[in-house]
Amino acid sequence: MTKAKQVQYLIIGNSAGGIGAVEAIREVDKAGAITIISDEPHPAYSRPLIAEYLAEGRPLESMLYRRADFYEKNEIQTLLGSRVERLDLGEQAVVMESGERVEWHKLLLATGGTPIVPPMEGSDLKGVFTFTALDDAKGIDQFLSGFEKTTPRALVIGGGLIGVSATQALEERGVAVCIVEMRDRVLNMILDEEASALEEEALKKAGVEIITDHTVAKIVGDSDGVVAEAILDDGRSVPCELVIVAIGVRPRTELVTGTEIEVNRGIVVDLQMATSVPDVYACGDVAEAYDFVYGENRLSPIWPNAYVGGRIAGFNMAGHPCDYPGGTAMNSSNYFGVDIVSAGLVMPPDDTYEVLSNQCDEYYRKVLLKDGLVVGLVFAGDIEKSGIIYNLMKDKVQVETFKQSLVADDFGLISLPEEIWRSHLEMPPAVD
Amino acid sequence: MTKKIYIKEAVCIGCHLCHVYCQQHRSQSKDLIKAFKKEPFPPVSGVRMEEKGPVAFSVRCQQCEDSPCVSACLTGALSRDGESGLVDVDLERCVGCWTCMLVCPFGAIKRDSRQSKMVKCDLCQGEDEPVCVVNCPNEALVCAESDGSPDDSEGKG
Repeated sequence: MTKAKQVQYLIIGNSAGGIGAVEAIREVDKAGAITIISDEPHPAYSRPLIAEYLAEGRPLESMLYRRADFYEKNEIQTLLGSRVERLDLGEQAVVMESGERVEWHKLLLATGGTPIVPPMEGSDLKGVFTFTALDDAKGIDQFLSGFEKTTPRALVIGGGLIGVSATQALEERGVAVCIVEMRDRVLNMILDEEASALEEEALKKAGVEIITDHTVAKIVGDSDGVVAEAILDDGRSVPCELVIVAIGVRPRTELVTGTEIEVNRGIVVDLQMATSVPDVYACGDVAEAYDFVYGENRLSPIWPNAYVGGRIAGFNMAGHPCDYPGGTAMNSSNYFGVDIVSAGLVMPPDDTYEVLSNQCDEYYRKVLLKDGLVVGLVFAGDIEKSGIIYNLMKDKVQVETFKQSLVADDFGLISLPEEIWRSHLEMPPAVD
Repeated sequence: MTKKIYIKEAVCIGCHLCHVYCQQHRSQSKDLIKAFKKEPFPPVSGVRMEEKGPVAFSVRCQQCEDSPCVSACLTGALSRDGESGLVDVDLERCVGCWTCMLVCPFGAIKRDSRQSKMVKCDLCQGEDEPVCVVNCPNEALVCAESDGSPDDSEGKG
């Protein structure tokens, strides 16, 4: 039997969360051995850029999340393209599919999410893809290059961020796209009705067909086992050669199933990003961490929260206690030329919330308040000052006395109480 | 030590010259008239003016120590230099997703929509002193260490 490899820090997952953790660890511990394991064979890349890979063949080198020498410079060992078969929590080890054992003192689960593919007839046909990883984009690219004389048509199931991002990339490749969205509007999870309408208008203008309030019942293939049409829940046929399943992602919790690690919808972590088992941490899309708008633990599968959560996990793993400030839903997009940002709540859950909004040709602004505190925002068009509102929400600043200015045309730092902008922008008094 | 640009609201009269000189500095021609009137794509200034009655000040990147924009950057285009504290953008890697904008407490990040790139103050790297500070007629802008001590680096008086 080969001797098990031993490391101080073992990170499973090589994306935003894992990178955040190792950067934090290396800020405070230059020497402790770090190993990153990922089933993806690539160095960490910016996942949102897979759309640019598909659209214009953006090379991997310019998609890298960190510079090419990142791992070497930080003395991080990598096991890329390798899968962990199971955790052995009692022995503080993981067992790889290859049979290799890796023993750790501190473990981070940054395994991310898995695209949801509902059980559906035809989902195993050639031409059906998901769209969350570089290899998905590569697969679609290869599939498209098989069409020489005809222009393929695509059906995108799900009008969320992943679906719309895939749609833009496909349209740029000259592929006609039809989006089928189960609910009544695109981007319904992250936008309100007004902003969804702005995005839908832009999508339609670009030639995208949108079918709302329907789902795909089955996908039908031709005699070669390649996608030929999709049948909707009302029996309608949508001819297509390519199907992208973009319904959503779920936390990738397989490794912890059956262990003592507490899982709700995701792996439950405290403010130190620690799981219910000592020395085991989790962050990113797989974790259910603190949401500062809801005031409770929640999934918030977005890139910046994964990175920040990873950093907090890393500091705590390295023995430097610190707390996660919390994250919340937060998205920015510029699909089809429409700049939209949103954060926190985008629709008031009941009439105890106050909605402030302002719409004109140049912009749309909406701010949600509860008890004088900002709990959500949607900005479209001119979005440059949205961060000021986001930070009022994050810092829980009481805005009652100046709330009307939040959506006003001339909103700026100057609209806030003087002491806020002065303390930020002016030089602190000299200390002797 | 991290340097940043502070405002002195009490002596700012809202003349916008900081905004103007920033735009000129970012232009191809470096010529004031050309930068504003002749260049086919006028550069985007890294400075924003805010005015309300007699109160006026300019806003630009504060090179935050916790730099939420760097943490939020989806592509790794933004980074903060460990020594100088400068928050810098690698424009090759910026794809204009605007996530940085959503988290900036100052609304200090601007859009170059034509090129789909973010624009922010870099304290005029390569210049002795930021052009907005040099050209402020009222000395309403000060480039100093972030603890408020005056900038006494080499070559300055």
